[in-house]
Parts: sequence; structure tokens; C-alpha cells
Amino acid sequence: MTLKNYKQKKDFNVIGTNPIRHDGYDKVTGRAIYGADVKLPNLIWGEVVRSTIAHGKIKSIDVSEAEKMEGVFAVITHEDFEKNNKDANVNLARDMQNILAKDKVLYKGHAVAAVSARDRNTAKEACNLIKVEYEELQPVSNVSEALEANAPILIKDLVGDHLGKSVNKTNIAKQIRHQLGDTNEGFKHSDLIVEKEFNLQMVHQGYIEPHNAIAHWDENDHLSLWSSTQGSFAVRDLTAGFVGLSESQVTTYPVEIGGGFGGKTKVYLPPLAALLSKKSGFKPVKMIMDRVSVFLASGPAPGGKVKVKLGVTNEGKFTAGIVDLKFEAGAYPGSSIAAGATCCLACYNIPNVLIDAFDVVVNKPKTAAYRAPGSPQVSFAVESVIDDICEKMNWDKIDFRINNASKEGTRRADGVQFNKIGFIETLEAAKSSDHWKSPLLKKNKNKVYGRGIACGFWMNGGGKSTVDLMLHDDGNIALNEGSADIGGTRTSISMQVAEALGISAERIQPSIPNTDSIGFTGTTGGSRTTYATGFAGLEAANKLITEMKKRATIYWEIEETDIKFSEGNIYSTKDPELKLSIKELAAVIGETGGPVSSTASVNLPSGGNGFGIGICDIQIDTLTGKTDVIRYTAIQDVGKAIYPQYVESQIVGGAAQGIGWALNEEYYMNDKGIMTNSSFLDYRMPTSLDLPNIEVILVEVANPQHPYGVRGVGEVPIIPPLATLGNAIKDAIGTRIYSTPMNPGKILEVLSNG
Amino acid sequence: MAKVFLPFQLKQITENNDFIEVKGKTLREVINNLDNMYPGIKDHLVEEEKIKSGLSAICGFAATRKGLLQELEEDTEVHFLPAISGG
Repeated sequence: MTLKNYKQKKDFNVIGTNPIRHDGYDKVTGRAIYGADVKLPNLIWGEVVRSTIAHGKIKSIDVSEAEKMEGVFAVITHEDFEKNNKDANVNLARDMQNILAKDKVLYKGHAVAAVSARDRNTAKEACNLIKVEYEELQPVSNVSEALEANAPILIKDLVGDHLGKSVNKTNIAKQIRHQLGDTNEGFKHSDLIVEKEFNLQMVHQGYIEPHNAIAHWDENDHLSLWSSTQGSFAVRDLTAGFVGLSESQVTTYPVEIGGGFGGKTKVYLPPLAALLSKKSGFKPVKMIMDRVSVFLASGPAPGGKVKVKLGVTNEGKFTAGIVDLKFEAGAYPGSSIAAGATCCLACYNIPNVLIDAFDVVVNKPKTAAYRAPGSPQVSFAVESVIDDICEKMNWDKIDFRINNASKEGTRRADGVQFNKIGFIETLEAAKSSDHWKSPLLKKNKNKVYGRGIACGFWMNGGGKSTVDLMLHDDGNIALNEGSADIGGTRTSISMQVAEALGISAERIQPSIPNTDSIGFTGTTGGSRTTYATGFAGLEAANKLITEMKKRATIYWEIEETDIKFSEGNIYSTKDPELKLSIKELAAVIGETGGPVSSTASVNLPSGGNGFGIGICDIQIDTLTGKTDVIRYTAIQDVGKAIYPQYVESQIVGGAAQGIGWALNEEYYMNDKGIMTNSSFLDYRMPTSLDLPNIEVILVEVANPQHPYGVRGVGEVPIIPPLATLGNAIKDAIGTRIYSTPMNPGKILEVLSNG
Repeated sequence: MAKVFLPFQLKQITENNDFIEVKGKTLREVINNLDNMYPGIKDHLVEEEKIKSGLSAICGFAATRKGLLQELEEDTEVHFLPAISGG
């Protein structure tokens, strides 16, 4: 056993409570500073010229008129990247082409040039003066088109890695495979085999705050950045790489983030703003994407095809499973196939498994992470087939899953064994829930009703995090942490520190400093932050306690062996009169050797695996095909809920996004390969009026890898809704819909076909 | 001995065994010993003395962050899998 399993703390004072969040007042009063709020002296604006076609060669870019325009400072094209970064390797060079196209445009909205000017309108006008001549090529809009024999090849120099074999002239950037046992043999012992194929459309995270960047490249070749991001260090490192600087030449200043969900783990504007700043005489440059550009040119979640074949015995056991998933990478390689392949069958103990996963380039924006990237798509397919199996065999849908559920020691399809997990406990909580036990409404005139259930898995991340603590003279604690706070992690980390120190959460004052003022901390993503940065906080708290004990021995002039810390107080084990609270010690600690502070950095293995379940009741209007979710319950193993309201809100948010993905959201492409619904008016995300009060059941099976049992929370809840809704729709209308979104048009088509 | 599970594309190098038992107290030792058994396999797993970009080494139940320095106890399972990042 290489991992350390911690003895779990059971009795908590702070953990499990809901204190006033530290960023609450700033957020609700509008005082909080977001990227667009940042103002600097002599600030100028940048704007981007974007491709008007989905696929084409760039024959020429004429920037002469724009450069002559009054108020314009600089114009940049891909050549400017190459001038600044002559040594870029193949992968970096390709990423640079996504930031600013080189010789081809690969999606509508692909950045071609950028302009800086005295104000935003002047920059926009200058963009209109830039003439780009294209040789238009046939677009490749989905994986089926990309895999056709005579499909246009998007990237000429792409060498595909097909199970380790190098392949030229291909749109398949990568194929990976997981194999356990012998599926042929497994299916021979199956009493029922169900095989189905599912299609999914590309969807966007839909964060409210668009991408933004302010960059100031100064005369000393130092770059200062402000940008809405899930990772200040990632913005620093990625931008430095793109513009040919080293990390120490770049400082990222954190700002609040108005939603990311994985989509703000990449950079789009910071390198452009940086180069414009340099070329504009070292003036700071501000850029903000408009909503249309966010849809067209920032990374969405992949659509694609998922084919599933599952075999079971009459006794209700899986015998074999095959999954073939093909994801749209977008314009450049790198979709979430590895996660999709790992997650697709991870909920169940299946002895014989074969999973093939393909990363396919298409003429759409390069995809990015979106909450549990890859898992919702594969879960939609697998959990739908399981639903069909249960109906054909007349099995209880929860009992069948419990009968096959992964538990400690189960080997996933990728070969890895599970540590302690809580999937069975989560299924049992679903079975005993009020929702599952309550009757479904009966058909009434043109309203039909259905209930669905489905499950999901995410492995949760670990990685590098740093926390610094400083004891103030008044006994309160300043906490600096390096993680971008996208979901309340300032408070969840502070609460873990407060618990360790035996003080209230309000006495911790968290902040997120710039990247020169805190140790490296990985991006907030993969549900890693409360686990990993919280762990760093615990280590820093333990170091602080050690130092405070040492100082108390100096103050009392006693031996270090005679001292004890408990519940926020320091005692002499020999003299009951010697007792100080942290606050009392802080008032005198200066005399014992100056201020007390601590720092801790960790680099943790991946976190505790998370499982979730959705149960939903829907109503379908058979005249309009509209689906209304009338009840939705999310059940999830959260390890230990540090701040239960935050945990519940993460789960509600994930479920809401999954419901939108299931019912309405899609990149709607025309025959020229162009997205035609690139606004929130036409890209139909659910609002609060579209959703019921989502009920949450927290299951707490402690993660043995964390002293408080923390598991990541934010990814899992988006996984079950797609299949949950699909299964409910089938229950309501008697026919399965094999593609997302399962919108009114598709439902009406099914109903009209009888 | 560590039990090393390789990605599908490398299994042909190791005679399609589900896993290979390899001596070593650290991941570095295990990979070096594996390379002695199957010359050239190290190049598929390591570059510039780090786990190859795009690969993740699972030691026991979870992806290690210690790279080649990861200590391994007797019978630890080591899996080399495509790296995953989250949202």
C-alpha cells in the first residue's frame, strides 16, 4: 500500500457547520473585483479579428489600413507569436495556432489578428479594416464526417497516435484502449446482450462572466496579468510559454471569477493582450470577449458518439461490456477521451471489458474541460443501456445496480483497484429516499409522466497546493492560499484550518495573493481544491500549532515535553495554572521570538473517488413535446461535507447544468459548419423558472486519504442527469431518444411515429 | 515485487501479460528493472527522467505525484494510464 490512510476525525466543531462565507458581503454588495473591473493608468483596449468561415486556408492578411487608423497602437498576427517564441515545440506551436491562426482557420470565430487602440470602439473599427482573404474548404462538423474515407484532413502535419502506432493524414488524433478479461468469452455466458449507439452534441459551460484579460508588459520585460481564471499559476505558465517569457517574468494577480466549470482552465486572451501591450509601447491592454465569441472561440465540451454493449446473466450479474467512444476534440487534439474511458464503466464490477476511445478533430472550437469532462457523455450511454436491461429483465433498477456496484477492491476497466468508496451506500440512500418511494403522477389528458434514475463516477484530483498562515496579535489568523476560489474554497479551506486550531471559522481571514506571493498551486479543477488545498491548510495549521507550543514553553520557561495543545488552548501538562488560549498567547508571543507564521505545500495523489445518483420525475406535454422536470433528487457520496450549504449548492448547480445538457443545449450547426445559436437567447440554458427545487441527499463515506475524510464534490453531480432524464423520458413516452439534446422536436417526432 | 500494468499499446512488448512482476523499491527502480527485462520499454514511459507527458502512474489506488521518486511497498500495483485532467 503506497497511500497513507488517515485515522478519521469524527467529532467536529467547525466542519459541518454553515458560517457566513468570507467573500459573501463583497459578492452581494458588488464590491468584489472581477477582471472587467480592473483599471490601470494609461489603459488601452484590445479587440480580435475572427474567422468568418469554419474551414479555410488564409491566403493573405492585410493590416495596413488598420495600422494607419488614428488611435490604433498595434496590430498582431501569428507572426508576432513566432517572433517572440522561436523555440516552441510541436504541441506549443499548435496551441499557439489556436490562440491566433497561422495558415489555416479551423472554426468560425478562430482568432486571426488582434488590434490595440485608445478605446474599445476604435479597436473594433480597426478590426473591421483588416482584410483577410481565405480559400474556403469543406467543413468537417462531426466525428462521422471526420472519419469518412475522403474526409478533408484538418491538420496536415498531425501524426495520429493510434494505439501507439503513428498514422499520417488522419483526423483521429489519438486512440486509447482499456481491456480486462475476455469480452468474447464474457458475452458467451450472457443471457441478455443489449447494444446501442448514442449521439451527443457539443455544449458550452455557459459561465456568466466572459473571458477577459488585462496585460501589462513593462520595459523590464516583466508581464503583469489580471484574468478571470480557475488557475492563476496556469495563466502565468501558459502565457509565459506562448509569448516566450519564463515563469518568473510573469505575475498573475487574482480576481474573482464569475463561473468557469472547467472552461477557464485554458487561456485565450492573455497572450494576445501581452503581445499587444509589448507592441503598443508597454501600455497595459484590456480585452473582454463578447458572448458570441465565448461560444464560438472558447472551449466547450465535446459531442460525439458512444456505442455500448452490455451482457448480463439471468441472475442479474454483468458478464461483459464494450464501450466505443468517439469525441469531438474540436479544431486541435485533446478532448476528454481518457476520462471518458476511465469513467464509463467504473460504477460496476464487470469482469470482461473492452473500451476504445478516439480523439477526433473537427471544425469546431478546441474543446476544454466541463465539470467531470467526458463522464456525462459516456454515462448517458451506459446508464441508458442499463435501464433497458432492467426493463427487459423486469429487475429493480437500484437492486440491480447494488448487485453489481463497485466497492473497495473492485478493479476498474482501466485496471486500477478502488480504495474505500461509498457507491453502495449512495445507492441504498437513493433506495430509501422519499422520492424513490413516492408514487409517480398518473397520465392526465395531454400530460404524461416518467421517472428515471442513473449514476455517475468521477475520480477527483489531487496535486500541488500551498497555504500560508500568520498569527495576528489579536489571535486571529491570516490565511493565504493559491487556489482560485470558484466554489467557496476560501471558506472550506479556512474551516479545515479553524477545526485544527480549535477556533471559529470567522477568526480565519482568507485571501488569495498574486503568484509571486504564494507557493505554486494547481488549477482549481477536477474537484481537487477542498481536498488538496485543504490538506495544505491542515499541514500549515499543524506547523503553526507546533510553533505556538514552542513559544509557550519559552514564555512559561518550561520543557517542550511538558506542553499540550487541545481545542484552541495550550496547556502545561504539569502545572494546571499554565493555560493560554491562542488569543492570549498571540498577545504576548512577540516577546518569545517575533511573529508566528507557517507555510505548507503538498503534492497529493488523486483524491477520493466520487459517486452520484440522480432521480427525476418529468412531465411531458404530448401536444408540444415540452419536458418539465417536476422533481429531481441528487444523491452523492461527498466524503465529509465541510460546509454543507456549499456542498449542496455545488450539487444543485451540477444537476441544473446536466438537466440543460440533457434537454435543450447544443451547438446548432448549419451546413457551412457554423454555429447558429451563439447567444443566450438561442442557446437554451435552464433558468430557475425551468427547474424544480432540486433535493440533495448527502452520503458521507469518509475518504481514507484525508484526515477529515474529504472527497471532491463539484464534478459528480453533472454526470447522472443526462441518462436520468433520458430514462425518465423513455418511461413517459415508451421510446428511448438516443441523442442529446432530448428536445421537444425529437419528442414530438417520436410521438408522431406512434 | 511490484505488479506493473502497462497500457494496451505496450502489452505486445511484454508478451501480452496482464501484468509483470518487477523488483524495485521506487518507481525509478521498477522502471529500470522493467527495461532490463524488456529493453526499450523505458523510452515509452519516461522522458528526461520524468514520467512521460500525457501518462499518469497509478501506484496503489491513486495517481502518484512523486514521479520516479515514488516509494513502493511490496506487491504495490503500478498502472501507467493516459493522464486525466478535470473541470
